[in-house]
Amino acid sequence: MTTPADTTAPPPRRALTAFAWFWVGAPLCWGLYELGVKAAQLFTG
Amino acid sequence: MTTPSTPARRGGPVAPPGWSRWLVPPAALSIHLSIGQAYAWSVFKPALESGLDLTGTQSALPFQLAIVMLGLSAAFGGTLVERNGPRWAMTVSLLCFSSGFLISALGAATSQYWLIVLGYGFVGGIGLGIGYISPVSTLMKWFPDRPGMATGIAIMGFGGGALIASPWSAAMLDSFGSDSRGIALAFLVHGLAYAVFMSLGVLLIRTPAARVKDEDSGESARVPITGHGVSARSALRTPQFWCLWVVPCMNVTAGIGILEKAAPMISDFFAETDTPVSVAAAAGFVALLSAANMAGRIGWSSTSDLIGRKNIYRVYLGVGAVMYLLISQFGDASKPLFILCALVLLSFYGGGFATIPAYLKDLFGTYQVGAIHGRLLTAWSTAGVLGPLIVNQIADRQAAAGHSGPELYGLSLTVMTGLLVVGFIANELVRPVHPRHHVTPPDAAPAAPVPAQKEAAAHDDAR
Repeated sequence: MTTPADTTAPPPRRALTAFAWFWVGAPLCWGLYELGVKAAQLFTG
Repeated sequence: MTTPSTPARRGGPVAPPGWSRWLVPPAALSIHLSIGQAYAWSVFKPALESGLDLTGTQSALPFQLAIVMLGLSAAFGGTLVERNGPRWAMTVSLLCFSSGFLISALGAATSQYWLIVLGYGFVGGIGLGIGYISPVSTLMKWFPDRPGMATGIAIMGFGGGALIASPWSAAMLDSFGSDSRGIALAFLVHGLAYAVFMSLGVLLIRTPAARVKDEDSGESARVPITGHGVSARSALRTPQFWCLWVVPCMNVTAGIGILEKAAPMISDFFAETDTPVSVAAAAGFVALLSAANMAGRIGWSSTSDLIGRKNIYRVYLGVGAVMYLLISQFGDASKPLFILCALVLLSFYGGGFATIPAYLKDLFGTYQVGAIHGRLLTAWSTAGVLGPLIVNQIADRQAAAGHSGPELYGLSLTVMTGLLVVGFIANELVRPVHPRHHVTPPDAAPAAPVPAQKEAAAHDDAR
C-alpha cells in the first residue's frame, strides 16, 4: 500500500477503503453467483 | 477534493496525504462495472420487439450505435480526458450513460423508438467511450510497479458489468412487465441506479502526488508521475503504435470468432456424437466462456507484470493459434478438449484487452497513455466487425454448400489461426520507441525523474 511519504501519520482510511470495495464487490459477487448457476447447466443440462 | 498541501492541478485532483492507492481500483470499477452493462443489451431486445413492434435488426440498433460511439469517443476524446483528468472524464461518463437511459425511458414511455436510439446509442455510447479510458492512466500512475494488474482490475469490470446487468435487467422486466411502460420504468431505474453507483468513482478518484512510499518495502521512492513520454499525436507516427494496433485487432478478431458462435458451435460440433449438447448446456458453455473472459482480464494482465508485455502477447497469440488448431483438428473427438481450448482462447481474448494499456505505457510512457489507448480502441471496433463477419460468412457458405457439423467451422478456424500468426509477427516487430519521439510534459514534476532501472525495465519489456 502506498502513502505520501512527506507527511506525519496520515489517516489510514481503512473504513473508506473497505466500504469502497464492498460497494463494487457485492454486486460483482452476485453477478458471479448468477453466472455460476448458469454455467452449471453445461454439466447438468 | 483538494487540500492546501495537495493543490488541484491540470489533470484532476491530487490525492491528499494518507490517500490509499487501493481506493483507486474500486473507483475505476464503479465506472467499468456500470458501462459494462452494454454487453447485456440483448436482455431488452425481446421486450422491445414485442412492446414497440420492432424487428431484430431495429432492436439491435441502440447497441450497435453505442459501440460505434464508444470507439469514436475514446479515439477523439482521449486527449480531452488527459487534459481534464479522470474526475472530469468520470463525471462526463456518468452524465452521458445515465441520461442515455433517462432519454430512452422517455422514448419507451412515448413509443418514440428514435429517442431510445439517440439516448442509449448516441448519448450513452459517449459515456461508454469516455468511461472506458477514464481511469486507465490514473491507475498506472498509482501502480507503476504493477500496471498490468491495475488496469486488469478495471477492464475486468467491463466484463463483469454484463454479469450483473443481465440477471438484474431480466428480473426488472419480469417485475415491471415487457410492455412499453415496463421497459420505460426499467430504463428509468437503470439510469438512476447507475448514476448513484458511478458517483463513487467520481468522488474517490485522485491523481497521485509525486513522492510515494512503498509500505511493503518501507522504501521511499519517486515514481514517474508523468516523466518522459510520447504525445498521442507523435505516437500515431511511430511504427510501434501500428504494430500494437494489429496485435489486439487480430487477438480480438480471433476471440470474437468463437464468442459470437459459441452456442451453435458447440451444438454443431457434437450434434452427431453419442453425447449431443442440449440448449441449456450450450447456454452454460457461453456463461463459462464469459467467466474465462473475465478471469483472463485480471489473471493474464497481472501475469504480464511478472513476465513482460511482449512475452504475454507471445502466449496469447502463439498458444492461441495452437488452441485453434487443436479445435479444428480434434475438437469433435473430445468434448473436454473442445471446452478447454475454448476457455483458454477466451481467457486470452480478455487478457489481450486488459494488458494493452500497460504495453502502451511501457512503450509510450504515462504522459498521454489514456489518449493513445483511446486511439488504439479503433482496433477493437475493427475486430468487432471482422470477427463475426468471417465466422458467419464462412458458416453460411458452408451450410449452403451442404456441409454440417464441425465442417461449418473448419475454414473459419483456420482463418483465425492465420490471423493470430499475423498478430504474433506484429508483436515480434515491436521495438522500443526512438528517444526523438520523447517529450517532457510541461506539468511534469521536476523532482520526479524516471529512475534509470525503471526505464531500462520498460525497454526490456518492449524487447
